[in-house]
Amino acid sequence: MTTLWFMIVAVMVAAYVVLDGFDLGAGVIYLGAARTAEERRSIMRAIGPVWDGNEVWLLAAGGTLFFAFPLLYASSFSGFYLPLMIVLWLLMLRGIGIELRAQMTNPVWLGFFDMIFCVSSGLLTIFFGAALGNVVRGVPLAADGYFFEPLWTNFRVGQNNGILDWYTILTGVIALVTLTAHGSLYIAVKTEGDLNRRARLVAQWAWPLQLLLTVAGLIATVSIRPGVLDNYKHHAIGFVIPVIVFGSLAVMMHAMLKRAEKIAFVASAAYIVGMLVGAAFALYPVVLPASTDPARNLTIYNTAAGEHGLAVGFTWWILGMVLALTYFTVLFRMFRGKVKLEDGGY
Amino acid sequence: MDSALLVHRLHFAFTVTFHYLFPQLTMGLAPLIVVLKTMGLRRNDETYHQAARFWAKIFGINFVLGVVTGIPMEFQFGTNWSHFSRYAGGVIGQTLAMEGMFAFFLESAFLGLFLYGEKRLSPRAHWWSAVAVFVGSWLSGYFIIATDAWMQHPVGYAKAADGSVQLSSFWALVLNPWAWWQYAHNMSGAVITGAFVMASVGAFYLLWGKFETYGRIFVRTGVIAGLIFSVLQLFPTGDGQGVMIAHEQPVTLAAMEALFESQPGAPLVLIGQPNVETRKIDNPLIIPNALSFLTYRAWKAEVKGLNAFPEDQWPSNIALLYFSYHIMVGLGTIFIAIAVVAAFLLWRGKLFSSHWMLWILLLSLPFPYIANTAGWITAELGRQPWLVYGLMRTADGYSKTVSAGNGMFTLLGFMGMYMVLGILFLFLVRREIEQGPEARAESAH
Repeated sequence: MTTLWFMIVAVMVAAYVVLDGFDLGAGVIYLGAARTAEERRSIMRAIGPVWDGNEVWLLAAGGTLFFAFPLLYASSFSGFYLPLMIVLWLLMLRGIGIELRAQMTNPVWLGFFDMIFCVSSGLLTIFFGAALGNVVRGVPLAADGYFFEPLWTNFRVGQNNGILDWYTILTGVIALVTLTAHGSLYIAVKTEGDLNRRARLVAQWAWPLQLLLTVAGLIATVSIRPGVLDNYKHHAIGFVIPVIVFGSLAVMMHAMLKRAEKIAFVASAAYIVGMLVGAAFALYPVVLPASTDPARNLTIYNTAAGEHGLAVGFTWWILGMVLALTYFTVLFRMFRGKVKLEDGGY
Repeated sequence: MDSALLVHRLHFAFTVTFHYLFPQLTMGLAPLIVVLKTMGLRRNDETYHQAARFWAKIFGINFVLGVVTGIPMEFQFGTNWSHFSRYAGGVIGQTLAMEGMFAFFLESAFLGLFLYGEKRLSPRAHWWSAVAVFVGSWLSGYFIIATDAWMQHPVGYAKAADGSVQLSSFWALVLNPWAWWQYAHNMSGAVITGAFVMASVGAFYLLWGKFETYGRIFVRTGVIAGLIFSVLQLFPTGDGQGVMIAHEQPVTLAAMEALFESQPGAPLVLIGQPNVETRKIDNPLIIPNALSFLTYRAWKAEVKGLNAFPEDQWPSNIALLYFSYHIMVGLGTIFIAIAVVAAFLLWRGKLFSSHWMLWILLLSLPFPYIANTAGWITAELGRQPWLVYGLMRTADGYSKTVSAGNGMFTLLGFMGMYMVLGILFLFLVRREIEQGPEARAESAH
């Protein structure tokens, strides 16, 4: 049951990154790719009806994590206190940047909200990448299962960790580049004309960088935590994951060259899922490694909620998931196709 | 101000108080918008559809503020109250996760359709999207109330070997009797906010002499809903909750009423300042025996005062608890009076020309917000010194690894951020109200 909940939380996090990832990425390229007022509105219309639903995956994943692994939730959220608070402020700024921008009529304030939306989107991708980097690298857990990390110490990977060190900055940059490409492809799917062309161009330029960073990330991860290979050594099936990661990168390039935007976008999603599943597979059953002493690792076993609660939860989770998937299918179908500006809103 | 406990308490209190200014209007307006849309469909009257569109705009702005200020609430369980989360996560994690799975997905998916999909949907399908948003927001409210109700009155749990509590009965948690009364009382309070805001905006248009067709619809809908729900707020929901507190948390009741000594035929204090040092009410205005009657339905029944309980179980801020409770009840009584008089004038057909009454409706706008906030302060301060009533003290629940300095840093950050959000909200809503509900050409951005 605990393994099942580990997989559920991993899937929900992956769903969040794939879904909110494209509207975050759209935010990153927003100022650069959309030059005219119409183009900016096109991007807003492309993500407007769906971004809030996408962000709910973060809340739902957080709630599920709280429910299934209370100690992990308690320890990681208090230990990552400062970066989480900064993430909250960025999410707020971004939310009002998108929604209240539509209410602004003066070009000065439109420009201000544009800037807020773009900058907060970019910073969020970096923070999310750095967060994942922290989980893979490990944190200075004390014997009672708690820790507290300052934002930075000496930028070195060691026992005296900060949130930001060279490794987590690397993972942050990987996330920035990956989601920029992901968002560009989404905008390419949803728009036409110059904006479509520029979005495709961004994704094409990001591609070699993405390939390079993926390789660098793998090498860095193995060098700071050789243990990440253990699960792969014991279960050869795990090697399917890197095949998926590099395979989807190849498909992305191929599809971009053939202007098959939708296929490229799906391949980008597969790449993201592959990277996340690869990390989860490497960590399992550890959910938060201790940089201090491996005996203090938080695992799915020492952080899980009671058996009865997990069993009951599975019943309603299935029901809730079926309902949620139904809504989102309806929603994405309603707003499918290229954006049309005359439809109103945003 | 250097105590970490105090900083973490202020952190949650500030962020949740600001947050709840928005969901109460969301939850209060949602059913009223459904009413307007239903009228539009039934009478085939475009005016009602346009009225619904106007309120949907205000609803949308309000909803955004509710969402962005709501995300920090879920996070804070882990960031600022990690020992509590570890202790109780096996139980309240259920209701909080269900809120995400059942309410947030529903709301967020259909809000987009409701706000921006009217041209793509049939009128009936658009009506359903309004209903889905209404149901989603009210479900969300239930899961949050069920979580708070468990903290007020823990049920359906068992103690585990590691000292935490774990779920033992799902239905006991979800059907907690405390949650039913609290939910009914809370939702009724939210509709009062929605109704008074609607009536207030309507009164503004009538006094202004612009958009008068809409002004009459808003005033009529707001006054009728305000009358129904301000009465329900007192009886049975408020009364039911009061009786429940008297039975389950008698020390809280004593502190709310500032009843320092146990006595038969206890009086109800209408006005007066509790003096905790001398254990007396200064400048009291009382109704003799009334508290005994309200609590036990007997004029001479004995009501336990604070002296019947050890001092370490007294709520930690008796004066604020007493005042917030009295402000809530006092305002609730005034709402009934306003709604009854306004409804009488409406029935006699004189309301829309009674300028004095329209002025009262216009100026009533902030008071339901104050009453709802005071009600929540009563509930949460009344629970002190417990975080989970009888099980875990507040002093044991906060994040011991997060220092007072780090807590203060983010508290100040939230204060700054929320000040900007609040100003922006008032500015945008005021502009929507001034521009009025009449259809206008879509402004180009």
